[in-house]
Amino acid sequence: MGGATETFYSVIRRQGITRRSFHKFCSLTATSLGLGPLAASQIANALETKPRVPVIWMHGLECTCCSESFIRSAHPLAKDVVLSMISLDYDDPIMAAAGHQAEAILEETRAKYKGQYVLAVEGNPPLNEGGMFCIDGGKPFVEKLKAMAADSIVIIAWGTCASWGCVQSAKPNPTQATPIDKVITNKPIIKVPGCPPIAEVMTALVTFITTFGKLPELDRQGRPKMFYSQRIHDKCYRRPHFDAGQFVERWDDESARKGYCLYKMGCKGPTTYNACSAVRWNGGVSFPIQSGHGCFGCSEDGFWDKGSFYDRLTTIKQFGIEANADQIGMAAAGAVGLAVATHAAVTAAKRLTRKPGRVAQEK
Amino acid sequence: MLDKSLQALTAAVTLDPVRSSSSERGVVYVYEAPVRLWHWINAAAILVLSLSGYFIGSAIPTMPGETSDNFLFGYIRFAHYLTAYVLTLGFLLRIYWAIVGNPYAKQIFYVPLWRKSYWREVWHEIRWYAFVAAEPKEYVAHNPLAQLAMFFMFTLTIAFMIVTGFALYAQGTGNDSWQYRLFGWVFSIWPNSQDVHTWHHLGLWMIMTFALIHIYTAVREEIVSRQSIVSSIIFGEREFRD
Repeated sequence: MGGATETFYSVIRRQGITRRSFHKFCSLTATSLGLGPLAASQIANALETKPRVPVIWMHGLECTCCSESFIRSAHPLAKDVVLSMISLDYDDPIMAAAGHQAEAILEETRAKYKGQYVLAVEGNPPLNEGGMFCIDGGKPFVEKLKAMAADSIVIIAWGTCASWGCVQSAKPNPTQATPIDKVITNKPIIKVPGCPPIAEVMTALVTFITTFGKLPELDRQGRPKMFYSQRIHDKCYRRPHFDAGQFVERWDDESARKGYCLYKMGCKGPTTYNACSAVRWNGGVSFPIQSGHGCFGCSEDGFWDKGSFYDRLTTIKQFGIEANADQIGMAAAGAVGLAVATHAAVTAAKRLTRKPGRVAQEK
Repeated sequence: MLDKSLQALTAAVTLDPVRSSSSERGVVYVYEAPVRLWHWINAAAILVLSLSGYFIGSAIPTMPGETSDNFLFGYIRFAHYLTAYVLTLGFLLRIYWAIVGNPYAKQIFYVPLWRKSYWREVWHEIRWYAFVAAEPKEYVAHNPLAQLAMFFMFTLTIAFMIVTGFALYAQGTGNDSWQYRLFGWVFSIWPNSQDVHTWHHLGLWMIMTFALIHIYTAVREEIVSRQSIVSSIIFGEREFRD
């Protein structure tokens, strides 16, 4: 741990990174954040003068796919840049320290950088049985989370687990896994959903916060607008096939070979906010739709509980049986139609069997 | 203005089930021209919206040929959005007419659930439709049961469809659009917009069910009850036939 006036730049130089590489990183980051050419020098200036912001990265109930994604960041290279220069002080799966040594870092950061460090949380705390379903360092994770959150400046909720709950909170959610914003309510929380989130999104976000010392603009759901303002659908390269009405109808049909739109195969692109179709994955190589599979909607709330990944109209469980809107609607309309037809028949029968004399009597 | 509309509302609430004796010919002017015009434009809009909406939900069979030669799904969606504006504008003007129009124009926007006599009359209508009551009562505008269906199945559903529809439209127009600013709160209720799609789709079937009942009862009452129904929404006047 460095002194209080330590800057990012001094840490970088100590790591043996050249000034030239440092400026390369600044330009790359400015580009990935969608900023203008002048921003690179601003980032450089900020990193040279501002005290570095420590980042504590905690792991709750999760699968570590967020970390796996993060360390594969290509622009900028996490290996060279983020792990060494963004001061990731604590991240249990990838740091050298272990056991008591590792736990000591938490306490040290908490005491030394009270109200100054960024708390990144991967996964979420289960609340049932007093949080006993996730024990971390001998304590329920929820207690550790609350303690570290109390002195942090901002919390980043990494991935769909931390943002929405993901698979461990899918029905019936036996451990009562709960997203971060339902547990910590008195701190600003940035949701970065995705299972996992895109590596470049994660590194750009950490860089943005630590460099500019402020939070990115968030949307209604608490997600950074710069990466979650548009749907997969809005930037999908198969969109012209959607507008033309050219759809894949079976996995092995002619349309699938031609790379048509996967709408009918249950692609959730039209309802999923993420940057996959723009940033793509594995260093910009591909993303699910490009590989011929529809979007799961993994960055959306409760995506495990919306029925099959391969249906356009999703299952409605409230009706007891697994049915979609069309099946329920047709059943209701059919039942009413049958009732109407019966009613009409009875009306007709009554009128026909009524004797003309009786009508006169009634009048 | 407020006084006037309050008076009108009171008049509407206390509509006498038995027609007033002042109409000697047995003819009352019920549906004013704007209401009739709205009814038919609205009906046409619902037809277009239901068909295009169904196709948007289930998609069309794959179009053959070059992608650049086809834009059918785009046109279907365009028709849906265009007609949605017609329906919404019509609904807003209809609300305006409920304020300035005659008392009968207010009927589809409220149900006097708090009045005991209202429930008695609903009960009578249920008995009439269940073939228990021999004769229907005569009403100048909607009968109490019709009013109930009109409010819950039509007015509320259409309002729901307009709100969720514009929220879904805002997904395409973007987070900076006025549609998102006005209707984005829908996504605070359902954070996953897939749910909004599902509910909007269920709304289609609600309207379809309503249309089925509405058309059937209108035609049936025209034939078997003692008053004009179908011709009233065309020419505006309700004729009592005995």
